[in-house]
Amino acid sequence: MNRIKNVFEQKKSSVLSIFFTAGYPDLNSTVDIAEALEKAGADFLEIGIPYSDPLADGPVIQNSSQKAIENGMTVKVLFEQLKDLRKRVSIPVLLMGYVNPVLQYGVERFCSSCVEVGVDGLIVPDLPMYEYEEMYRSCFESKGLSNIFLITPHTSDERIRKIDELSNGFIYLLSSSSTTGKNLAVSAGTEDYFGRIKNMKLRNPTMIGFGISDNKSFSKASEYANGAIVGSAFVRLLDSEDYMDKIPGFIQSLKNGQ
Amino acid sequence: MSYHVNEKGYYGNFGGAYIPEMLYPNIKELNEVYLEMIADPKFKEEYMGLLKDYVGRPSPLYLAERLSEKYGTTIYLKREDLNHTGAHKINNTVGQILLAERLGKKRIIAETGAGQHGVATATVCALKGLECIVYMGEVDIERQAPNVARMKMMGATVIPALSGSRTLKDATNEALRDWINNPADTHYIIGSVVGPHPYPDMVARFQSIISEETKWQLKEKTGKSNPDYVLACVGGGSNAMGMFYHFLDDDDVKLIAVEAAGKGVETGESAATTLLGKEGVLHGSRSIVMQTEDGQVVEPYSISAGLDYPGIGPQHAHLYASKRAEYVSITDDEAMQAGLQLAKLEGIIPAIESAHAFAYLDKMKFEGNETVVVCLSGRGDKDLDTYMKYFGL
Repeated sequence: MNRIKNVFEQKKSSVLSIFFTAGYPDLNSTVDIAEALEKAGADFLEIGIPYSDPLADGPVIQNSSQKAIENGMTVKVLFEQLKDLRKRVSIPVLLMGYVNPVLQYGVERFCSSCVEVGVDGLIVPDLPMYEYEEMYRSCFESKGLSNIFLITPHTSDERIRKIDELSNGFIYLLSSSSTTGKNLAVSAGTEDYFGRIKNMKLRNPTMIGFGISDNKSFSKASEYANGAIVGSAFVRLLDSEDYMDKIPGFIQSLKNGQ
Repeated sequence: MSYHVNEKGYYGNFGGAYIPEMLYPNIKELNEVYLEMIADPKFKEEYMGLLKDYVGRPSPLYLAERLSEKYGTTIYLKREDLNHTGAHKINNTVGQILLAERLGKKRIIAETGAGQHGVATATVCALKGLECIVYMGEVDIERQAPNVARMKMMGATVIPALSGSRTLKDATNEALRDWINNPADTHYIIGSVVGPHPYPDMVARFQSIISEETKWQLKEKTGKSNPDYVLACVGGGSNAMGMFYHFLDDDDVKLIAVEAAGKGVETGESAATTLLGKEGVLHGSRSIVMQTEDGQVVEPYSISAGLDYPGIGPQHAHLYASKRAEYVSITDDEAMQAGLQLAKLEGIIPAIESAHAFAYLDKMKFEGNETVVVCLSGRGDKDLDTYMKYFGL
């Protein structure tokens, strides 16, 4: 069974996904971090493909991308590193990246490489929905890859329905219309938005991302969605030298508040 | 072949709107209204009124006699340098501020390289009493100090872009991030024919006043509305697109776009996008982009702060791919010499951007007396410091 579906079948709420940038802090740290995150209790992973012009990202992830590029990370190197991924990691793994590096690698080739190394899906924030539908969908679906779309508080119900129809995995709910790394401020407006989506009873599970940094925001997000995604807060942890030792504590504190 | 945008926002293979979902509502809103608004007689009246009385249009089409004599042909200059604020950029900002006003936006953001677009945006924001934030690369803030001062005098906040090469590309990223974080009350005035659809088309339409005027002015002066050649410099390509616009379907007019070769296309310090770039996505559209094999955008270089952009607008990419226009490049040194030559022959100091277009005259071979129009996109006041250092003045 598709690993993503499997997670949501086993676990209906409080699913925890962690984002980190490939090749950061060290070129070869990617799979070690992935393995440590699974051992610590993360439910799935999003590995970011570094890009020189990451529009949707705030300073923390932007900085990690720049360092990763300087470290020598490329799409090709990443797929090389992920060759042994499935010997060490069993939870679902998504790749998140901007469209240009994917285009340069070649969309078909990219999808094939994902399948070869055991990647389950993709998040490409700047890929237009109609291009996905017209040019990429058949390639993704024939290879069993999920394509994850984003929804913001300003996405219309009509568009959300369309996204739900095109999605096969989960839908990524942005906590606000903003770049990454801002703290989740749950206002009446945010609650209305989360509530609105919940009431739409979408066929796909939902995960809330952007601004999830601690147990409080993680728990809040889990009330409205199947779980949440932590990015900048984890990438910040990778700045410390003993980050490998800190990973179990970080995951536990997100899940239990301790 | 059509050289204009199709209903999905593409020019051949190029264009589109590669944007994160956070920007979708803004782009959709613009898309739904821009054509209707531009066609609205009240909008047209206000736009043309401001262009006439505030900007000072029509800009003259000047017969450069001494330059013509030097090259043995007839050369006209489209004097965008005489516009209020000193460059063609104002044509677009006047149009977009009227759109922003009609959309009920209270806050305006812009990116700028040489500062001319920043100045033009700050100007129209002052005119309309709107808040103005301009993103500018830290490096450009240093080399374009007079323009930074102008923006500040008109009440704009200038925010340095500190990432990447700290020039135009990075200022554009920061402006787009600002827009993502402030989608509801903010309009982003993009300064060139780049960005997600409908920006390339919208900016081209506002700049097309350049070729529209050129046609009737040339007819008045020569009896023929089409020249043999039209030349313009290209960074993102807004003055060139404005200069080409009404000639696109006239096959008898040869269109020449001049890019910045910087220190030379082989040196790694260049901004000659069509020579060094390949198809890719940057700042929301599919175009030709200078990038590594892995798709990372390469930092461009030019002595001109307005031309060091690693891409070109998608319509330019289409004109290049379809061979409708010829894309050539000129080095820093060639441009600087051409700037000095224009000053000495015609008493006009061009912006270093425009000097690139003039430098290409040296490489052309004219058959008898042909008619050439060069877009003099901006004046060189902002570049005096660079001219002074280069020539030891």
